[in-house]
Amino acid sequence: MTGYRRSSFSLPEHMVTDEKVYQSRRTLLKRLGYVGASGLLAPRTSLASGWFDDEPETAFKTVPLDAQAAPDVSTSETLTPEQRVISHNNFYEFGTAKSDPKNNAQGFKVDPWTLQIDGLVEAPYSLGYEDLTTAFPLQERIYRLRCVEAWSMVIPWIGFELNALLKKAKPMSSARYVAFETLYDPEQMPGQASRFVGGGIDYPYVEGLRIDEAMHPLTILSVGLYGKTLPAQNGAPIRLVVPWKYGFKSIKSIVRIRLTDTQPPTTWNRLAPQEYGFYANVNPAVDHPRWSQASERRITSGGLLARNRIDTLPFNGYSEVASLYKGMDLRRYY
Amino acid sequence: MLAAVWLCWVYYHAIATTRYSDPVEEVLHFTGTGAINLLLLSLTISPLIRRFRLSPLFALRRPLGLWALAYGLTHVVSFILFELQLDWQQLLDALISRPYIIVGFIALLLLSAMGVTSTRGWQRRLGPRWQRLHNSVYVAAPLVLLHYLWSLKTIGLEPLLYCCALLLLMLLRRQQWQRWWRRAMP
Repeated sequence: MTGYRRSSFSLPEHMVTDEKVYQSRRTLLKRLGYVGASGLLAPRTSLASGWFDDEPETAFKTVPLDAQAAPDVSTSETLTPEQRVISHNNFYEFGTAKSDPKNNAQGFKVDPWTLQIDGLVEAPYSLGYEDLTTAFPLQERIYRLRCVEAWSMVIPWIGFELNALLKKAKPMSSARYVAFETLYDPEQMPGQASRFVGGGIDYPYVEGLRIDEAMHPLTILSVGLYGKTLPAQNGAPIRLVVPWKYGFKSIKSIVRIRLTDTQPPTTWNRLAPQEYGFYANVNPAVDHPRWSQASERRITSGGLLARNRIDTLPFNGYSEVASLYKGMDLRRYY
Repeated sequence: MLAAVWLCWVYYHAIATTRYSDPVEEVLHFTGTGAINLLLLSLTISPLIRRFRLSPLFALRRPLGLWALAYGLTHVVSFILFELQLDWQQLLDALISRPYIIVGFIALLLLSAMGVTSTRGWQRRLGPRWQRLHNSVYVAAPLVLLHYLWSLKTIGLEPLLYCCALLLLMLLRRQQWQRWWRRAMP
């Protein structure tokens, strides 16, 4: 008799833990942890912004990148330490607190990735993950970054000029604007899955530039910072950097760049048009309706007692772009 | 008390710079939300006493209110010292033209008035007017929340929870509100 006997360690199909559940066990433990720790009210555990952020096995990987220094377009001001550049982020797709992106984006998947370039172009094309760092020669540029919240940083970006990417697609003469779009993936981006996490923004995040702004040599697509590929929380694998505009223009984790003949909608402008314009040029003379833009706090290595309030400069000090806006009333086109 | 230890811990780390990326934003957020928490906590004492006859809790009400004031004052002092870095012109401009700053400032003035008169001596001296003065917490608390909501770029979960908590605390007092309404509108 060839009896079939179940070995003591085999399990029927219905008793096997689903892989998804298994993978989320840490999330579950974390949630239990929140309740438990807050009950204890111990300052050490309940104060830290990321309570359980020491999980090396899920850390997002960055790799070293080679790039040519570009001293003529780089500032020599004191750099913001890398640790601060990568842990103080506005990336609402991963939560609205500054520490949320670093805490919630560690599992973000960027390979494979597709960046589509299309719209009013003669030769639409797309770039895969590998192409992002190999299709164009990379430069290191140290730029000032001025947030609309009146703080600023100095960051060594690695990237290439957006105009190189656009020219390859052969823009038609009818193309007058460039529209950008962030990845939409609620399964990976908790802010897109829940309005309470993502601040009620209508996702995907979209941004736009006039074509002459996009073609300006200061405008770059960045694929890295501090000598390595971008961390997830800084907009991996590819993001825009427009140094003379408020930070929210520099859209992260881009999947599509489309040339258009009409001005594209932009996320913050859609959310609060009286507070955030399409142009969003750094301008100390035009205040945010709720706070002053005349000065800013430069974040470097200092602590609470650092004297780091400095005057904000028109176009964030990049006065060479002023000619793009000749004859425009910048109070109206803020 | 826990509130004091916690405050010192955060300021120590903010000055030592190792823990926070932007220590200024960190201390402003911590003292601001801390003040809201303490203020809301102080407002839960009376309903608890009334409903569950927990009169020993009464001893907690005044310290909670005073700690809320202490956090609020630390918040404002930090704003002036570390955010504005003693730029008095900008402070003056803010007090004149920034509604969320004005609202926060009015709330702080009300809390300060209550803090100063929170002693037994003042209670005796003011008589029935004391209760009327201290009822201004029902003006200050919504103003504090308004100040917080107004300062944000978008409204997430946390501020909504605070609003719900305040609403609940007011609903627990609906009998007092009805009585007050009848007296105001005979």
